[in-house]
Amino acid sequence: MADFFANTYLGMALVIIGQVFLIVIPLLVALAFLMYADRKIWAAVQMRRGPNVVGVFGLLQSFADFLKYIVKEVVFPAGADKVVFLLAPMISLVMALIAWAVIPFNDDWVLSDINVAILYVFAVSSLEVYGVIMGGWASNSKYPFLGSLRSAAQMISYEVSIGLIIVGVIISSGSMNFGDIVRAQDGNYGLFSWYWVPHFPMLFLFFISALAETNRPPFDLPEAESELVAGYQVEYSSTPFLLFMIGELVAVVLMCALTSLLFFGGWLSPIPGLPDGILWMVGKMLFVFFIFSMVKAITPRYRYDQLMRIGWKVFLPLSLGWVVIVAFLAKFEAFGGAYARWAIGG
Amino acid sequence: MTIAALAFYLFAICAIAGGLFTVISRNPVHSVLWLILAFLSSAGLFVLLGAEFVAMLLVIVYVGAVAVLFLFVVMMLDIDFAELKAEMAKYMPLALLIGVVILMQFGLAYGVWDYAEHAQDARAAVMPEGVENTAALGMLLYDKYFLLFQLAGLILLVAMIGAIVLTLRHRQNIKRQNVLAQMWRDPAKAMELKDVKPGQGL
Repeated sequence: MADFFANTYLGMALVIIGQVFLIVIPLLVALAFLMYADRKIWAAVQMRRGPNVVGVFGLLQSFADFLKYIVKEVVFPAGADKVVFLLAPMISLVMALIAWAVIPFNDDWVLSDINVAILYVFAVSSLEVYGVIMGGWASNSKYPFLGSLRSAAQMISYEVSIGLIIVGVIISSGSMNFGDIVRAQDGNYGLFSWYWVPHFPMLFLFFISALAETNRPPFDLPEAESELVAGYQVEYSSTPFLLFMIGELVAVVLMCALTSLLFFGGWLSPIPGLPDGILWMVGKMLFVFFIFSMVKAITPRYRYDQLMRIGWKVFLPLSLGWVVIVAFLAKFEAFGGAYARWAIGG
Repeated sequence: MTIAALAFYLFAICAIAGGLFTVISRNPVHSVLWLILAFLSSAGLFVLLGAEFVAMLLVIVYVGAVAVLFLFVVMMLDIDFAELKAEMAKYMPLALLIGVVILMQFGLAYGVWDYAEHAQDARAAVMPEGVENTAALGMLLYDKYFLLFQLAGLILLVAMIGAIVLTLRHRQNIKRQNVLAQMWRDPAKAMELKDVKPGQGL
């Protein structure tokens, strides 16, 4: 039996498919409750009750929404490019999901342990913009088109600063593999060994760029209701719309996972002595998601020119400068090698 | 057939089909989408060759940035497809002729091209032992070929500055925002709060 799974193609394929389901199904179920949590937190900030009708405390609200989306009719706008119109939401969801192939949840709990994992995530998240552009173009309508142009420009702008911030972390850990990046953050001081201390300013830049990259408030300009109805999603209904929505939320959760892996030590325990494990990873992701929700609830929306200005004139120079500074600090092993963990062997 | 061979043929067929449909599809936006498929398939081929860093760069730079730019430009263009097709039909014989000539030239050149036994190995940089290919590439670019790499960067920088200078048009007589002045304004000087009683004006 073990021989079948280790040596035959069919066995290996079955193992990989099993691992994929092991990641995707808990992720999607968790997503339903995260959506609920998002709405509850938002409601609590505004002193509303939020969803409270379906199930105990409204816990099953997301599943009810899900069913509703599925049974609605798919509407194609007149003159829409049907193939591209349907391809767009699929790309959006698939690109959000395949990035999880390289995300480790615990030491060696990873589907595909590749050398360039972080570049892979970056590449895949840069492909997500195609779902947006294709959706907006294929709808053959003005509002979605304007919304998709805005959204694409926004995603491309903030990818640049995210990339540069990631470069800083790569320089510090000397590897592009998530496992090695997390292991490089393992130290004697618990949570103070993690990269959020040496890379402190970049934590904020990364978080804000992640908000913009995933089109979350206060940067949800593509769907600024007052100006563009719902951006590139206007013409979508039923399951395609659901795919867009799930894709967007999966991308948000992916950003939570990235933040916890790059800056908060992934599965490492914050207190020396306590065992490391997947619970820490999940806890850190939930914490980052809570911050995402709180930001959505308490910040007013940015104007589009302000968003572009921050991206290109503030974040880009800051993160580029930080890469140069980190390169020098790593080269000369400043602060006891805090910026060059590969050099001091820890 | 091994999985690697299967993946190779899948990526190769996708790359060629993508290239073909880029040329023959009627809608320019579809052309760009096929082009993206060709890019992605070639990235897959790079992964099969063991050059995962180059593959990821291809996806990030070409698919993630350059093709998005293409897509933007093509979507904005107002193109008359019938006219475009007529143009294409007009130049087809000439294009075919040039294509055939180039193909024959390649055939002539590569048909008689003969390598010495280990010439190919001598041309490529040797992969150091125990180093993953990203680090090996970095050592080559930043240690061995540092000057060439920096010169290439300098040329690109000059090209970028040239493009910006050529297209920059600074208009004098329009109102501009001074963002720093806006941010440093003192709220107390800019506005005044008045408590208005209900039913009364100011």
